[in-house]
Amino acid sequence: MSELIQLAFIAFIVENIVLTQFLGICPFIGVSRKRSSALGMGMAVVFVILISSILTWVIYHYVLALFSITYMRTIVFILVIASLVQMVELFLKKISPALYKALGIYLPLITTNCAVLGVAIINIDKSHTFSETVVYSLFISLGFLFVMYIFSMIREKLDFSPVPKAFKGVPIALVVAAILALVFSRLGGIV
Amino acid sequence: MNQKENFLKGFVKENPLLVSMLGMCPSLAVTTRLENAIGMGIAVLFVLVLSNLLISLIMSHQKLGEWVKPVRIPVYIVVIATLVTMVDMLMNAFIPDIHKSLGMFIPLIVVNCIILGRAEAFASENKPLDSVVDGVSMALGFTFAIVVISIIREVLGNGTITVWGDVVLNMRFIFDFLNIQPIDMFVKPVGAFLTFGFLLAGVAAITNHRASKKVGKVAKS
Repeated sequence: MSELIQLAFIAFIVENIVLTQFLGICPFIGVSRKRSSALGMGMAVVFVILISSILTWVIYHYVLALFSITYMRTIVFILVIASLVQMVELFLKKISPALYKALGIYLPLITTNCAVLGVAIINIDKSHTFSETVVYSLFISLGFLFVMYIFSMIREKLDFSPVPKAFKGVPIALVVAAILALVFSRLGGIV
Repeated sequence: MNQKENFLKGFVKENPLLVSMLGMCPSLAVTTRLENAIGMGIAVLFVLVLSNLLISLIMSHQKLGEWVKPVRIPVYIVVIATLVTMVDMLMNAFIPDIHKSLGMFIPLIVVNCIILGRAEAFASENKPLDSVVDGVSMALGFTFAIVVISIIREVLGNGTITVWGDVVLNMRFIFDFLNIQPIDMFVKPVGAFLTFGFLLAGVAAITNHRASKKVGKVAKS
């Protein structure tokens, strides 16, 4: 149990998916202009990463490894993720229109979010067990949500700050991300 | 658009990384050393050229193209994923060191927006030869940008330039001249964001300058 708690902390802070592993930079920069959209995107990512990494873990260990065709994992994983996102979209539309309204527009963008495929691959490469996969995927995606929310709040303030003309938009956002990364790399000393 | 323009557009005018800002994840993650950037560039070149060729062949065939059109995105993804698996295996066989240090960023080429973006925006509507030229141009433009980032990061962070394997240029004299130590921060994640941010700001400054010059000229005439 204590190992799982440690893994959760590592996934949430130390190995933060955006700031130390550089996965999911596109939505991190692209949809973090407003707090509401950052929250929506973050929640959609948590949802999809959790389901997709459980699914890909099961498929890898009980299908691909069984037939010893593990070299097919890139193709199989991306197809699983793409079809999963489609299904989640249809499912949400039917079951919970309110949730669909909140997350709907972000779901199609997630297929090409490298965080989803990245977490699925990390879980295999680090040979996580099933419970470790669940904990790691949940907390690493919550880490994404957390950083995304902080970042969007900073960017909302940045819109009203006197930024040099050349730095307007993405460049200043990257500099802010660098400062955030500095903070997070220091937090790594806790574990 | 003639062939030469088509070839040159990827470097400056439509540079995938510096202008369109596609494919940011690998360009921040693997640019700690020059050889990693070159390895990533080779992998992207291979995948992008062949995927552009195959997709343009599929889509320019009259019957097949019409049949594929409604399900084209899944088809693109399967083509790209197959090519990425191939490049993954080839690199593992021939350049295992680079393969190891690039790690999972090779399978992640599948979700690199540059490749899917070019497939949808260019290869699906153009002839095979033009698509190949477009692929070479975009891949070289991307490689050029990550090579610049990795040189800046490696020189500032480590005082070396690792061109390939054992070929290492020592740039310590810069630090000896200034009497300081290399700034370790630049090979860490912080340096990646910072370098890329300043590079983009530089590009923006140049484009702003050019735009204002143009406006000035128009006003004068």
